[in-house]
Amino acid sequence: MSEQMKKYETPLLDELEKGQWPSFVKEIKAAAEWNPMANDLLGLLERSYREKIGHWKHGGIVGVMGYGGGVIGRYTDLPEEFPHVSHFHTMRINQPAGWFYTAEALRTLADIWDRHGSGLTNFHGSTGDIIFLGTRTEELEPTFEELTQAGFDLGGSGSDIRTPSCCCGMARCEWACYDTMKLTYFLTQHYQDEIHRPAFPYKFKIKCSGCPNDCVASVARADFSIIGTWRDEIQIDQEMVREYAKNGVDINKEIVALCPGKCIEWDGNTLKIDNSSCRHCMHCINVMPKALAPGKDRGAAILLGSKAPIVEGAILSSVIVPFVKLDDEDSYNDIVELIDAILEPWIEEGKNRERIGEFVQRVGLGNFLEAIGLDPQPEMIKHPRTNPYVFYENYLEEE
Amino acid sequence: MAEKVSVEEVAEAMYKMVKDTMGMKKWKATDLQKAAIELFGEDRCDKNLCKEAIKELVNSGRLVYTYFGGSFLEIPHKEGAQND
Repeated sequence: MSEQMKKYETPLLDELEKGQWPSFVKEIKAAAEWNPMANDLLGLLERSYREKIGHWKHGGIVGVMGYGGGVIGRYTDLPEEFPHVSHFHTMRINQPAGWFYTAEALRTLADIWDRHGSGLTNFHGSTGDIIFLGTRTEELEPTFEELTQAGFDLGGSGSDIRTPSCCCGMARCEWACYDTMKLTYFLTQHYQDEIHRPAFPYKFKIKCSGCPNDCVASVARADFSIIGTWRDEIQIDQEMVREYAKNGVDINKEIVALCPGKCIEWDGNTLKIDNSSCRHCMHCINVMPKALAPGKDRGAAILLGSKAPIVEGAILSSVIVPFVKLDDEDSYNDIVELIDAILEPWIEEGKNRERIGEFVQRVGLGNFLEAIGLDPQPEMIKHPRTNPYVFYENYLEEE
Repeated sequence: MAEKVSVEEVAEAMYKMVKDTMGMKKWKATDLQKAAIELFGEDRCDKNLCKEAIKELVNSGRLVYTYFGGSFLEIPHKEGAQND
């Protein structure tokens, strides 16, 4: 440790190093051995834990020239006591699709951040970006310069399209029903302007999951979710099913009884699935991955509107397109066309900080579908209506 | 058919709107776009032109994007939270 660096006593933070899980305190302490920002961060955090109050101010102006996203300003309200975290801005860096890196790329990123910031990172933030935690305003442009030279770019923040993200898809998973990485890369490139120049009422997140397991949790976290699915029959290897049963899997208890569509039968020898009632929940496939697999006619369902509870409560996505094939650039362009159609009424009529899911609830699904040119479909409905006092225009006209 | 206004003209008009209302109104990109189209008329100004004008203003540093519970376009200034 440098002689000039102040040594902070951290009895409360030390408690967080105990237990069986990795501790962020341990990592900050390691960085604090040589980095004054990390060192002051320790002192500031201990102070916050002691006083039960945060000592951060949200900055709203800092960024790199030409961009409106990718940097989140942060200052401490105790700059005299903790001068090295007087500025502590976060940078979001667009991650590679599927989060694949070479060791060299990781070393490059780490070296850039050691030179220009606190050396502390999140791999990855909840949207999926690489998060660089803590730097000064004057270090933003040099960091950005080095990042771009290494082939990286900033991601989204603020009221823009956030950095699209996806599961590892076909790169590592045989259940992927479409190439999530390819589509994510395509959408990221297509929406560069919208990612870097915030022009929306609020954030808009796009996430691509290869199958209904939804490993990027798009159904809960993305405004626009593209979730892989199939429309033919689940593939069954009866021999392997019997093998699972022989090796101790209680198929009736662990699969048949838990099937939400109640569409599986097992007579001890043959597994039967009524695919017309299958909910595509993936449970049976997850339990017997060597015996069952998604069908061969694969594509994706498109859902809209989920969000975490920030301004209003949480919303899960709703289906707007039950099935679409995603196997060529034309189909990718269809997705872009749909996203643009969705964005237009929201940009025009959305309130500040109103997510697309909230917007749809406010204007009504029927009006929204009409505005974006989609026909209503049964898959958009959660359950049959319970209120009989609903009349449709056609019905009234017939009267 | 009316002649389109130039990107520079739109940019100048947008800059003036932001400058004249500084401290009283925060402009989102869409607000500026709507105001510019209203000012010049739909036959002379469109969304793409507005997008280019905003890009020009931001790339030249005359306006910056800010985030205060939503993203806005403002004239660069020292913000309240900033430490020296």
